[in-house]
Amino acid sequence: MKSYILKRLFHCIFVLIGISVVVFIILHLTGDPAALLMPMDATPEQVAQFRKEMGFTDPLLVQYWRFFQGTLHGDFGLSFRHSQPALDLVLERMPATIQLTITAMIIAMIIAVPVGIISAIRRNSILDHIGMTGALLGQSTPVFWLGIMLILVFSVTFQWFPSSGRGTLQHLILPAVTLGMFSMARTARMMRSSMLEVLGQEYMKTARAKGLSPRKVILKHALKNALIPVVTIVGMELGTLLGGAVITETIFAWPGVGRLAVQAIYNRDYPVVQAAVFLLASIFVLVNLVVDILYTYLDPRVKLG
Amino acid sequence: MDFLEKAAKTLDFVGEERRVTRGQKVLRKLLENKGAVFGLIMVLGVIFSAVLAPLISPHDPILQDVEKRLLPPLGQAGANPDYLLGTDHLGRDIVSRLIYGARISIVVSVSAVAFSAVLGTIIGLFSGFYGGKIDSVFMRLADVQLAFPFILLAIAIIAVLGPNLQNIIIVMGITGWVIYARVVRAEVLSLREKEYVMAVRALGGSNGRIIFNHLLPNVVPPIIVIITLEMARMIIMEAALSFLGLGIQPPTPTWGGMLADGRVYLITSWWLATFPGLVIMLVVLGINLLGNWLRDMLDPRLTQL
Repeated sequence: MKSYILKRLFHCIFVLIGISVVVFIILHLTGDPAALLMPMDATPEQVAQFRKEMGFTDPLLVQYWRFFQGTLHGDFGLSFRHSQPALDLVLERMPATIQLTITAMIIAMIIAVPVGIISAIRRNSILDHIGMTGALLGQSTPVFWLGIMLILVFSVTFQWFPSSGRGTLQHLILPAVTLGMFSMARTARMMRSSMLEVLGQEYMKTARAKGLSPRKVILKHALKNALIPVVTIVGMELGTLLGGAVITETIFAWPGVGRLAVQAIYNRDYPVVQAAVFLLASIFVLVNLVVDILYTYLDPRVKLG
Repeated sequence: MDFLEKAAKTLDFVGEERRVTRGQKVLRKLLENKGAVFGLIMVLGVIFSAVLAPLISPHDPILQDVEKRLLPPLGQAGANPDYLLGTDHLGRDIVSRLIYGARISIVVSVSAVAFSAVLGTIIGLFSGFYGGKIDSVFMRLADVQLAFPFILLAIAIIAVLGPNLQNIIIVMGITGWVIYARVVRAEVLSLREKEYVMAVRALGGSNGRIIFNHLLPNVVPPIIVIITLEMARMIIMEAALSFLGLGIQPPTPTWGGMLADGRVYLITSWWLATFPGLVIMLVVLGINLLGNWLRDMLDPRLTQL
């Protein structure tokens, strides 16, 4: 077990370094980051001066090493627009994004797990058809359209929820439902197939044969085993949610990291973009590390390879 | 000689007949599945619209007419029967724009899927066949890539490089290779130990011959399944990029761009944002249904996708 965790940790560090390389490369894609960072109307002399100041004339490896050392200290440079450290700006917005993502995840799971279980137990019933049709629709609906339609119905027409901003619980509902829909749909389908697989196992027959009530068979024996694969995808779903948050936050003017990053891209405020991308990717990697380690406790059959 | 010719003809005839019956069998199975039929109709409908756009569009999709701006769709007060789904804020016909929008959607998603499928399949074939260092490098690269919230990385890169057709296709294509590579690699790992591969090797077949003539044909069914499911994802991705203003630039009509325009007029003119999203959802739903059917036919083991 210990060696497995060590191996995963090592792997994790490798991925984090990979992330820093990609984040570094974004700026150098055009070959001339100075031209990208300076205002459009800057004179060639100003650009040349800036290029020198920022050290863009050094070899790429030297520049990467400098960038890498900076990230170790949490230094992504100053935001051009806010003249604050980029990392501080991103960290300031992090609670809003975490709140939104976790709420979306909770809403998704609370609905998806029961729907998946009921669909599996009452296979081919009306309930199953409704549940799975809904899941398929949910998987096919673009996040940005869903958000706009929810605003149209619940903010514009009925005026039940505000259409933008953050503050009260009311503000949280629409963005969280929008963000959670895709994961909800995918998890419901996954839960159903996982449950069906478990229900077909021999030990379920045994449980029934020894006279346990159907409720007990399902809750105690089937559910526990059917949930195992679902738990692992929670980590993967987090990636979907963090990505989806970029669009959801933009639609609902939710003051999170995703919206900050999109605005920074429009403003060509690249230190902020780099800090945001690096942090979101790192969170994803770390959560998946935790999930992987938890998984080995949940399911002792997992080979620790 | 005469006899041989006759025999060849007979054999050929038999072969042809068998192929026809097999095609009929597939068709019958397709027609049995209502979802797949719906999916096929949707997919054919979009391709049809994209190809024949100039012939079937009732109006010019970019012609502005201030006098006819924000006309509501048919059935609403003030509707103009010439404009079935109404007009947008510049007086452009929504139906025509939706029909032309299919072009960008299809061109971008088909190209991006083709690009990522070729890239991912080649990487998967080589990783699985050679193993060792090549394999670990590519699989670690896959881990790094999966850590990023895709949409954020894509908009950052496209913002740096500039939003033109070529850049959008390349960025979307590069982000899609991982799933092909993983599935193909897993398949090749089990195939390369099979007797027939040993036989080819014993007969002196080169590695390239084994990979492309003997392994590749065997990984085609799962690749086809992934391609259909990825098409759905890419269509949503293209729309998301256009929605954020980083897709194909106006005045070319795109579904995502229409949605973004419509968002501004949500309170007064609901149809602007509603119809493009509805079209995206129906097309994606159709592709998903068709993909599910294909998966069940070709490779039921891929239910996790």
